[in-house]
Amino acid sequence: MRARTASYTTEFLEAKFTTMTVLEFTLVVWALSTLAGFLGALTGLGGGVVVVPALTLALGVDIKYAIGASLVSVIATSSGAAAAYVREGFSNIRIGMLLEIATTVGAVIGAYLAGFTSTHIIAIVFGLVLLQAAYQSVFKSSPEDAHPTESDKLGKFFRLAGNYPVKGRLQEYGVCNVPSGFSLMFGAGILSGLLGLGAGAVKVIAMDQAMKIPFKVSTTTSNFMIGVTAAAGAGVYLGRGYIHPSVAMPVMLGVLAGAFLGSKALMHVPVRTLRIVFGIVIFALAIEMVLNGATGRI
Amino acid sequence: MDDQHLENLIGHLLRAGVLLAAAVVFAGGCLFLAQHHSQLVNYKTFRAGAEQLRTVPGIVKLAGKLDSRGLMQLGLLLLIATPVARVAMAMVGFRLEKDWMYVVVSFIVLSVLIFSLMHAT
Repeated sequence: MRARTASYTTEFLEAKFTTMTVLEFTLVVWALSTLAGFLGALTGLGGGVVVVPALTLALGVDIKYAIGASLVSVIATSSGAAAAYVREGFSNIRIGMLLEIATTVGAVIGAYLAGFTSTHIIAIVFGLVLLQAAYQSVFKSSPEDAHPTESDKLGKFFRLAGNYPVKGRLQEYGVCNVPSGFSLMFGAGILSGLLGLGAGAVKVIAMDQAMKIPFKVSTTTSNFMIGVTAAAGAGVYLGRGYIHPSVAMPVMLGVLAGAFLGSKALMHVPVRTLRIVFGIVIFALAIEMVLNGATGRI
Repeated sequence: MDDQHLENLIGHLLRAGVLLAAAVVFAGGCLFLAQHHSQLVNYKTFRAGAEQLRTVPGIVKLAGKLDSRGLMQLGLLLLIATPVARVAMAMVGFRLEKDWMYVVVSFIVLSVLIFSLMHAT
């Protein structure tokens, strides 16, 4: 029943879509992307989780164009926010750079996989990742409280320890479990390259939960890494033709504007309520993606 | 120059890079809309598209001719270049600090990024 409703909706939208002009398409995609970038910045989940389903489900755009457009917008938000994050003094460039070896290699492999994987499978995997994002949006993972001040052996070898400001004073922290963090980052890279997302959530889990790095340091370092990871996938995407200029143009401009507005609005909105609403929306999109993928419509 | 100072500078350069990229994409987008606004769109089925829009030299050449798609793609290419520049600048920073281990780490990351971009040549 659910699948049938979904297919009626899609058919209706498809009929509308085929009569769209370039101007209409650009404006609709720009507006959707601005909203996605805004919500993505407020919830910390990024714009891609809304942009890709919106383009594929509502506008009937091939998922390869959608993930291409999403991936470049990930770079825009990451690089655009770098100055703000650096000023706060939380990010740890050594941790970021070391783990970047894993995420970039993963992203190149993921981008290759996207070329060999059928769009149905990509849609289903995307839906499953959305389910996790929806869960995380509603039940925000509680930051790990216990932080070692000393690194373990490998953490010491790579000199990953650092400090960050807490209430005006510098708090020292150590880094543990580098190998498990490294393998999780490899997985984050594959997801990023396969689905055109930043996979920031997986990166934060790898640092915060596995490597015991303070939450603030994990999220800001993750932002630094997201752009570099996405760039690693983007080269392959560009060569394969996934980055279609007239699809990516409104997405990139919209997500960038939305993310900027979102970072300004962060202080003034009820984030808790927003996360729940956003979680429900993403949950619905996740189900649609899986169903459309499973029934071969995407 | 200390770590924090260098990071600050890199952060501002990156933001400038993103704004420049967005400006180029916007300019190309305006031109594209002016020329093609009433055409019907079809992005339903993926096609790799013109070779010129998939390779770095091709994009630069097209953009040089002020072709709207070429300009948009050049802006996106500039955007892709910002994280690459960031890694390169970090490598220079580690080099100045004589932190050889991280010069090597940055070099590996930079190599993977360049390997990926080789797909677009």
